[in-house]
Amino acid sequence: MARIVTFFIMLVFWVLISGMFDAFHLGVGVICCLLVAIFSHDLLFYGHPDLLWVRDIFKVLAYFPWLFYQIVLSSLEITYIVLHPRMLEIIDPRLVRFRTRLRNTMARVTLAQSITLTPGTITVNMSGNEFTVYALTQKAAEGLPGEMETRIARALERE
Amino acid sequence: MTMDTVFLLASLGLLVSTALALIRVVGGPTVLDRIVGVNVVGAQTTVLLVLIGFLFGNISMFVDIAIAYAMLNFILAIGVTKFFLRRKSARGGSEET
Amino acid sequence: MSIVSWVVAVLLFLGVFFFAIGAIGILRFPDFYSRLHAAGKCDALASTLALVAIALFNVRDFDWTLFQSWDNLRVSLKILLIILFVYVATPAATHAITKAAFIVGIEPWEKRKRNR
Repeated sequence: MARIVTFFIMLVFWVLISGMFDAFHLGVGVICCLLVAIFSHDLLFYGHPDLLWVRDIFKVLAYFPWLFYQIVLSSLEITYIVLHPRMLEIIDPRLVRFRTRLRNTMARVTLAQSITLTPGTITVNMSGNEFTVYALTQKAAEGLPGEMETRIARALERE
Repeated sequence: MTMDTVFLLASLGLLVSTALALIRVVGGPTVLDRIVGVNVVGAQTTVLLVLIGFLFGNISMFVDIAIAYAMLNFILAIGVTKFFLRRKSARGGSEET
Repeated sequence: MSIVSWVVAVLLFLGVFFFAIGAIGILRFPDFYSRLHAAGKCDALASTLALVAIALFNVRDFDWTLFQSWDNLRVSLKILLIILFVYVATPAATHAITKAAFIVGIEPWEKRKRNR
């Protein structure tokens, strides 16, 4: 089942990229997608041999608008700091360590990426369930992990 | 003011910020600073390539080039980082291992 | 100029503005780690704004009877694919560079050292 889904996703991707609709190019595309689907379908559905992810994908899609809102906020904050004439007095960089309660690998990676994209924090290291985060201001350091972890847990963790 | 003018002005603005980022690439104290600068330049170039596609009226070709450039930019960052991680030193570029 | 053109122009110049902020940021910040903040975040948002503007302009007069319009839609979807790739790749690259700097041992700039 995972092979068939992989095949169709790859085929849509091929048509999107190629844009040629004659027999030769479509045939080559079908052959390539078949090979990819047979040999490496487990890369796309890592750890999910069943199709439970279809149910989850809507929850994931609900997470993205909030992430984009956070990115806009973070860029505005960076803009304020960069254009401030006495920048060195505002920023107060520090390293923060915290433990996450997410167990899923995918959820942890999403949390790391989201931390990097959101206000004033970047992930330095992630080993096991311990994150090392570099925060630009004290306010950003205190807000970790906060609301983001809850939202990711709602979107990606399965009970 | 036609849309071509808008795209031309945006391209010029992008070029100016690319030049600003290049200052960091040339003068960065460590190699990793230079990598960050190159990354920023690469992201700007990706957008610039698509804009150039509009100016030349051949957007579908330039989008392909932009995708390839974005991927190359990512692979460059990962690869160079791994290389300097193995060398365990980020100061300067003149000393030999 | 129509409404779509105005929206496209505003989005495009916002994107260019945030790119400029990112470039100024990596020039002004005092240490390596805070430069990464400016580089990673502003680039993600700026790429999104500029590329969405371009994708919108590409399908500005969509006519579902013409093959050319559908081809334009395909090219716009490709541009959106670049955005998706940027969102996956930029944090990963930032993370890799940060980890390398951490292991190599670049000291973070701290406020207390300066005040002492």
